[in-house]
Amino acid sequence: MQKVRQEVLSPESNTQENGRREVSTLHAAAMRGALASGVRLQGTAGRKPTQPEALQAVDVLKVYGEGANQVIAVNKINFAVHPGEFVGLVGPSGSGKTSMLAMLAGLLRPTSGSILIGGEDLTAMSEAERTRFRGRAIGFAFQANNLVPYLNALENVQLLLRLNGKLDKAGKERARELLVRLGLEGRLKNYPGQLSGGQQQRVAIARALIHEPRVVLADEPTASLDTERASQVVETFAQLIHEQQRAGIMVTHDLRMCRYVDRVIQMVDGKINRVLSARAEIDALANSGVH
Amino acid sequence: MRVAIYLAIKEILHNKGRFLLIGMIVALITTLVLFIAALAEGLGSGNREYIQKLNAELLVYQADVDLSISSSRLGRTKLAQVRRVPGVAAVGQIATSNSTIVMDGLEEPLDVSLIGVEPGAPGEVPALEGRQLGRSRANEVILDKRVVDLTGLRVGDVVTLKSIQGLEEKFFDLTVVGISDGRGFFLQPTLVLPYLTWDKVRPKGLTEGQSNGEFVSNLIAVKLINPAEWEAMIGVLEAQVADIEVVDRTTAYEATPGYSAQQSTLDTQRYFTFFIGILVVGGFFQIQTLQKVAQIGMLKAIGASTVTIAVASVTQIVATNAFGVMVGAAGSLLLSLSFPPTVPIVFTGDAVTAAVSALLLIGPLGGMVSVWLLLRVEPLTALGLAQ
Repeated sequence: MQKVRQEVLSPESNTQENGRREVSTLHAAAMRGALASGVRLQGTAGRKPTQPEALQAVDVLKVYGEGANQVIAVNKINFAVHPGEFVGLVGPSGSGKTSMLAMLAGLLRPTSGSILIGGEDLTAMSEAERTRFRGRAIGFAFQANNLVPYLNALENVQLLLRLNGKLDKAGKERARELLVRLGLEGRLKNYPGQLSGGQQQRVAIARALIHEPRVVLADEPTASLDTERASQVVETFAQLIHEQQRAGIMVTHDLRMCRYVDRVIQMVDGKINRVLSARAEIDALANSGVH
Repeated sequence: MRVAIYLAIKEILHNKGRFLLIGMIVALITTLVLFIAALAEGLGSGNREYIQKLNAELLVYQADVDLSISSSRLGRTKLAQVRRVPGVAAVGQIATSNSTIVMDGLEEPLDVSLIGVEPGAPGEVPALEGRQLGRSRANEVILDKRVVDLTGLRVGDVVTLKSIQGLEEKFFDLTVVGISDGRGFFLQPTLVLPYLTWDKVRPKGLTEGQSNGEFVSNLIAVKLINPAEWEAMIGVLEAQVADIEVVDRTTAYEATPGYSAQQSTLDTQRYFTFFIGILVVGGFFQIQTLQKVAQIGMLKAIGASTVTIAVASVTQIVATNAFGVMVGAAGSLLLSLSFPPTVPIVFTGDAVTAAVSALLLIGPLGGMVSVWLLLRVEPLTALGLAQ
């Protein structure tokens, strides 16, 4: 992390300003920012280049603290993720990747810059609007405390449909099918406490996808799993993201899991250090092991 | 809203033991509060019932006795003076003493309050069964319902009183002509009899004989032509009749020795128990909330609104508390049926309703802190970034 030198916009003024912006202007800014920082907006060169971005980060800056104690966690980052693309966000501890994920999820307001999901600017939304938006357009798989302990596997997956008022017969069937697809046919009525870590994460993946979100975010989803189970979980996750054409971002310390992603964004000190798009480059990174 | 209630019920059903435990604690607190309320009512009514239900608006005491019934002395002359005051409809002398009922079948003699009244005048109690008192010298008595509960005496039976007069134990037989509702006085069941008969059977000192001259009573009950003017009439009476103090019924029974101290003690216990209940319930839900911070953060992160989380929590608090209060109230009422009539426990509809209503507030009041904590949980907690 590095100390702030430039003037930082307050979140409020930033929100008001961003609220007035047109989405096209933001997109142009993203392009300019990306060009300036030398980072490509798309993943693998030529991968579905004509599809509109599901997620865009435009000049995203996050500063913690004030005055002499100011610390830049995320420094003017730009990137975009397309539907059906699975991106790995990696970097050492303190590189700003979790702060970035929190901002992409609308859980944390950037100091400046914009987050666009499906063309809607998260930074221009109120707290309540962002909460509703998260329930509708974003799927989550967290590192821990992933599931509601008093709901069984099926109910945990159905919860997202309940929150969106879409728990109809078709939704119930889809939740069941998704869990069956994830190998949990005999565990539908089991509570989280009765499931292994890998099974819990698979339920969490099902829950992250059941409401057909535009974007799926995962924060160290394999942190508590052994290598074999972690690989199975991420592989399945990647398959579903590709099949269902979601934009997926996974924060991970475990570089081995990168073999399942389409693109790797490596962060260091709040900035994008490098972007790997070529399969050979990604596999080479994955084979290098844990950060 | 439906999601909130769904989550609340699911959690209760999944953690039945935990919620049952706090429900039973609320039930025990309810039992304690209700029994203290019933005891306060029982002791209070045993002390005040006769005066509280008196068929008169005002009570006249001798002046400068600090509203002490046993110290107050008022003769027939004073009675006549009060009767002549404009606005007074009727007056009656009330004389109080103690005696003991002796009868076969009683494990031990029953101490009672003896109240001498003028038949047909204010101060006499209504006979709900049997008839009113006849002449002033008739050997008749109206029993308070409590006496019937304790002795089984009925209308037409003869009741034997034992009084110490001088150095002798004397026994008097009186015929039960009527039975009234509860008319306790000085924490004892009551016998109401004609004032001249009262004077004959009451305990007396060695030098004290029968009243051959003016009959002296402790109080004069005053019935007004216009009861609504009772406050003004206090001033009128005290201005027109010398050496008297006039009060309304409430002031009279609150001045009964020990009454206010007893009631305030019981009220303090009741309020403290209520307060303890708020702390216990509040503490339970606060600890539960603190244990669930990460889970709540996750729920908020995946799109559950703050309102949904808060409503789920309030639903749990209210449901658990209501369950405990209902179980406690039902248990208390069932338990009270097993108590002998000598235990001064009285469950009145008003007292139970007031206590239960207050107890239903224990949960919401105690749970306010935990709901406040819930509202402050950041969804960022789900990513371990709340700090």
